[in-house]
Amino acid sequence: MTVREEAAAPDTYKPSARRIERERYRRARTRRAFAVAAASSLVTGGALVALVVGSPGWQRTRETFFDGHYARLALPKVLDGLWLNLRLLAVCGVVVLAAGLLLAVLRTLRGPVFFPVRALATGYVDFFRGLPLIICILLSAFGVPALRLSGVTPDPVLLGGFALCLTYTAYVAEVFRAGIESVHPSQRAAARSLGLSSAQTMRYVVLPQAVRRVVPPLLNDLVSLQKDTGLVSIGGAVDAVYAAQIIASRDFDYTPYVVAGLVFVAITIPMTRLTDWVAARMSGRQSQAGAV
Amino acid sequence: MTADAPGAAAGDAPGTEKTVAEVPRGRAGEPVLRLEAVRKTYGGSVVLRDVSLEVPAHTVTAVIGSSGSGKSTLLRCANLLEEVDDGAVFLDGEEITDPRADRDAVRRRVGVVFQSYNLFPHMRVLDNITLAPRRVHKVPRRRAEAEALELLARLGLADRAAEYPDRLSGGQQQRVAIARAVATRPRLLLLDEVTAALDPELVGEVLAVIRDLKEQGMTMVIATHEMAFARDVADQVCFLDAGVVLERGTPQEVFGAPVQQRTRDFLRRLTQAGRL
Repeated sequence: MTVREEAAAPDTYKPSARRIERERYRRARTRRAFAVAAASSLVTGGALVALVVGSPGWQRTRETFFDGHYARLALPKVLDGLWLNLRLLAVCGVVVLAAGLLLAVLRTLRGPVFFPVRALATGYVDFFRGLPLIICILLSAFGVPALRLSGVTPDPVLLGGFALCLTYTAYVAEVFRAGIESVHPSQRAAARSLGLSSAQTMRYVVLPQAVRRVVPPLLNDLVSLQKDTGLVSIGGAVDAVYAAQIIASRDFDYTPYVVAGLVFVAITIPMTRLTDWVAARMSGRQSQAGAV
Repeated sequence: MTADAPGAAAGDAPGTEKTVAEVPRGRAGEPVLRLEAVRKTYGGSVVLRDVSLEVPAHTVTAVIGSSGSGKSTLLRCANLLEEVDDGAVFLDGEEITDPRADRDAVRRRVGVVFQSYNLFPHMRVLDNITLAPRRVHKVPRRRAEAEALELLARLGLADRAAEYPDRLSGGQQQRVAIARAVATRPRLLLLDEVTAALDPELVGEVLAVIRDLKEQGMTMVIATHEMAFARDVADQVCFLDAGVVLERGTPQEVFGAPVQQRTRDFLRRLTQAGRL
């Protein structure tokens, strides 16, 4: 056994004068850097404010985009609408992750029987990755009701959500596929050598590693999806964007759009930070793991 | 060598106790593994040329030869990770190179340990070992884990069961890989340069485990650069040179009185390098 622990000798170390002096110098330098950064930020910020407020069109700009009255008027309605966006995000997010994973796995199936499945999955991804989302929504929200099929909902929320799912499933399937392909072939060889079938190898060895690796890009796609839920307003669903549009087009003041936009930004930022945090944590863990 | 050489040091007589190496019986008199005129090419280059080999039950065969001589390919052909171009491979008398053979069934009977361990990094040590018994052999979780813990204890790794592989030293990882391979009680164990990626001071602990498996009667084919180990442990040594079996015999024959000039050259180079 490789017992490497040695009996810990009592540590009598005391920092030398050299070390103390070095650390004192470093602390002083940090303080100075902090002061410089603060002063420089203050000056830059002040200059920007002066520039914007002092510019000739500022008065009109403020009335059109940053009117307090309209902001107060729009905010509750926008937030009402936002609830729809969030519900859409939750439902579409789940559907997209499940369907994307399924599609990615289908594309890895080997054997002649699965040729049509592979071809269909590949075709689907190619098509919906290239099709502009807005066209997909227009076709779904306006085109589908025009078919007058019995039993098919004309609800713009459902049809818009359906279009979102179609498009994002294609994106997410590609992310999963990249993850699956990033798992080293030796892992597969090890699993097959143990007698695991190819389905078991996928389920217990490849997918767990693949999914972990693609969490950051997946979160990225979810942030995009969150923003793009605003596009269901095209079909007439009253979400945050449409709520803002109703007020804006009535009074020709665009403050409600700014409010809706800021609300989206506000809920996106935490998710982006979460993505960054997860990505950083994972890259940290990977480098620690080294070449396994 | 290593203080923790399991089993062997404990002095338990093989057969008196249920061991991990308890192997299913094959047909009497039939070698466990038989290669018959196997040929394998990659692109244009011939990696194995007319290779024949017999591995009787409960014996250890060491395959030696310089890098690129085809040792790894030979092992990969024996558990169907590679398809042979010509010739045949028999496992317990049954031709496994027949395209109608059930590959998964063959692999269930053959354990493999790789040079680079290939442990599953997302699973704890215990789960690495119990994966195949539970999912392939349908052993209930409780029993699979109890057996895996017993196995780990024999390998001196009882306290590592809950660790992830990246927290272990190379030698520990390789011992876990061996445990994973023997947990399914394979008929044949293939070891592909299992010490080549290890720091010199960790080689001993892995070799001790292999010695222990031999004592328990495991049939093994070992591709190795550790000549001293091959001479010591193998019943049969097979010298592979450019895809051809140049020499085959007992360690005394191959190391003591090699017939072929190339074998002599190879052994001389090793001696000069201080490896023999």
